[in-house]
Amino acid sequence: MPSITSPILLQVRRLGVATLIAAFALGSAFAQRVEVEFWHGLTQPLGGLLEEFAADFNASQDQYHVEASFRGTYPDTMVAAIAAFRAGNAPHIVQMFEVGTATLMYAGGAVKPVYELFEETGVDFDPDIYIPAIKGYYSLPDGRMVSMPFNSSTAIMWVNNDALREAGLDPETTPLETWDQVRAVAKEVVDSGAAPCGFSMAWPTWTQFEQFSAIHDVPLATRANGMEGLDAELMINSELHVRHVQTLLDMQAEGSFTYGGRDSNADALFPSGECAILHGSSGLRARVVREAEFDWSTRMLPYYDDVPNAPLNSIIGGASFWVMTAPDRTDAEYAAVAEFFNFISTIENARRWHVESGFLPIRFGVFEELEAEGFYEENPGADIPYLQLTRAEPTENSRGLRLGNMPEIRNIIQEEFELAIQGQQTAQQALDNAVQRGNVVLRAFERANR
Amino acid sequence: MKRRTIYRHKLLPYLLLAPQLAVTLVFFFWPAGQAIYQSVLIQDPFGLRTQFVWLENFQIVLTNPVYLESVRVTIIFSTAVTLLAMAPALLLAVMADQVVRGASGYRTLIVWPYAIAPAVAAVLWLFIFHPSIGQIGQGLRTLGIPWDYRIDGQQALLLVIFVSAWKQVSYNFLFFLAGLQSMPKTILEAASIDGASPRRRFWMIVFPLLSPTTFFLLVVNIIYAFFDTFGVIHALTQGGPGRSTTTMMYRVYRDGVINLDLGGSSAQSVILMTAVIILTVVQFKYIERRVHY
Repeated sequence: MPSITSPILLQVRRLGVATLIAAFALGSAFAQRVEVEFWHGLTQPLGGLLEEFAADFNASQDQYHVEASFRGTYPDTMVAAIAAFRAGNAPHIVQMFEVGTATLMYAGGAVKPVYELFEETGVDFDPDIYIPAIKGYYSLPDGRMVSMPFNSSTAIMWVNNDALREAGLDPETTPLETWDQVRAVAKEVVDSGAAPCGFSMAWPTWTQFEQFSAIHDVPLATRANGMEGLDAELMINSELHVRHVQTLLDMQAEGSFTYGGRDSNADALFPSGECAILHGSSGLRARVVREAEFDWSTRMLPYYDDVPNAPLNSIIGGASFWVMTAPDRTDAEYAAVAEFFNFISTIENARRWHVESGFLPIRFGVFEELEAEGFYEENPGADIPYLQLTRAEPTENSRGLRLGNMPEIRNIIQEEFELAIQGQQTAQQALDNAVQRGNVVLRAFERANR
Repeated sequence: MKRRTIYRHKLLPYLLLAPQLAVTLVFFFWPAGQAIYQSVLIQDPFGLRTQFVWLENFQIVLTNPVYLESVRVTIIFSTAVTLLAMAPALLLAVMADQVVRGASGYRTLIVWPYAIAPAVAAVLWLFIFHPSIGQIGQGLRTLGIPWDYRIDGQQALLLVIFVSAWKQVSYNFLFFLAGLQSMPKTILEAASIDGASPRRRFWMIVFPLLSPTTFFLLVVNIIYAFFDTFGVIHALTQGGPGRSTTTMMYRVYRDGVINLDLGGSSAQSVILMTAVIILTVVQFKYIERRVHY
């Protein structure tokens, strides 16, 4: 029973002396198993679901053993993996959030791209099973895939139906497709006292800049949002971006928008009932289902209807799996990793992950299957993220982004946006500053990775 | 005058010092040396490409207006934390010193916060001052004060100063109380007989006699404000809103761990280290002269 003995094995190996003795003592059944270390950054309950996949893989065959362990949040996991690589004992697989993509992609010999992994190990793999918005995010411009998609989300709009009703609006018929409509509803909600906060957003940079740019088919950065080279420059001080920040500032002035803080801080504002409309991750679903004591619904993100090409598809968030190298890594270990990847990418497992975790159905076939079975009628709104992500053929501007030190760029944009919200600078100044400071970060990354 | 060693054996003193020296070497000199080495390099996070750039990292850091802003925040922050952590501690110590009944109960209560981890303390106060779920936060808003530290930079800075200082009051209290209790009673009694009021006794006798303790605490508190307040800031504001609570220490973390700019972050560590060394030397050289031991 691997689930009981594996922690013991792991501990022994950490001591670094008695691996062989332990293997003999515990019997030869899995003494030959190839061990794979897999570091992930998902908290409970999602982390537990992920670990079940590893356990199922281990039970499905007797050659390999994947040891999945939680290593803190994504940034923590990233730093831990980097430190381990520097010390020569990187994990075989590390789960990394989407904004770490560029950092790992340019990590040269530290990472083995998955197309190379499958080529070398001879394991069959077809990257075209993944929906384009996901495949594109984790592929080189020529289509070769560098990391293994797994838990993908996108940003959607969460709406408190009860708050709308209290404000005298019918959630079924009130249109919430454009920014004008969202603003009007948010104002009505606040003015009527139905909720103290009309509109807010979690992950401000992700939802209001990255998703916003994709949906409106405007570039976030040059060089196809950085996909085509390290020399990309930010372009978020365009007329449309300034207009959008100005809209948010105007909404704040009239009371219909309340800033809820950085990163995931504003997540709590929706299930608590404080904010009637929230832009947040589709991954918030489990929490909303559990905590919200009101009738709610999900919508696609709004757009400005006078912008040509809008609305396009949104882009993804979440994380993917990366294969790391180490000086003493064997072919058998890579084969184990390839088999594990093969296992998680089957239609059954992609479906199970989507249904259990609420993350997107990342490959073709899953959505169609569930729709035919009536899953989305039983779980209204669970189809919105997928429909939004696939509603258009991705363009250069909506395929995703690949900017070095993206976590820092997100912080810079949040900072400058906050200064505008505090009234210390205008929308134009905020975005000019963000571009100027963000470009400094991009140049530093370019220099360090040349 | 030269004093000769009392040890006959030449090796023994070194042997006795060895454990402490080993700890200092491994946990201070080695990382500090690493920081200095890293600060003259530009390197990708994985250490695959390294360029030697002399002092360019320092030049980049010191000409960066965002960094200079964090220096300004750090000065305001550490001054305020030091004052706010020491003054109430002294007041509490003087009062606790006079308590006769239940003295140990009071002391335990006052020392309590010191046992709380900084991040936990921060979360505790977050639940009190949060504008929508915190008691005081909600109270302030009902009173018409637009309290929201997530948007207002000054309020955010006030909050992190308050929480950081609150954590340190207990520590200062302990030292002040010990100082007060070791004070020779005869001098105070003599002053009382001479008719000095309690206030006069405090300022003319107690305070000067406490000066070694005060001086020691001054050094410790400044170092605390510089280095140990990361947990509080990280849990409460993450350096925001804007950059209003980004201290030099928080910047080191941001640039090193989030931004993965190891060279720039190391340069900042070296600057921070130099600043604290200079501050401590200055304190010992100039302030210590006025201290009565």
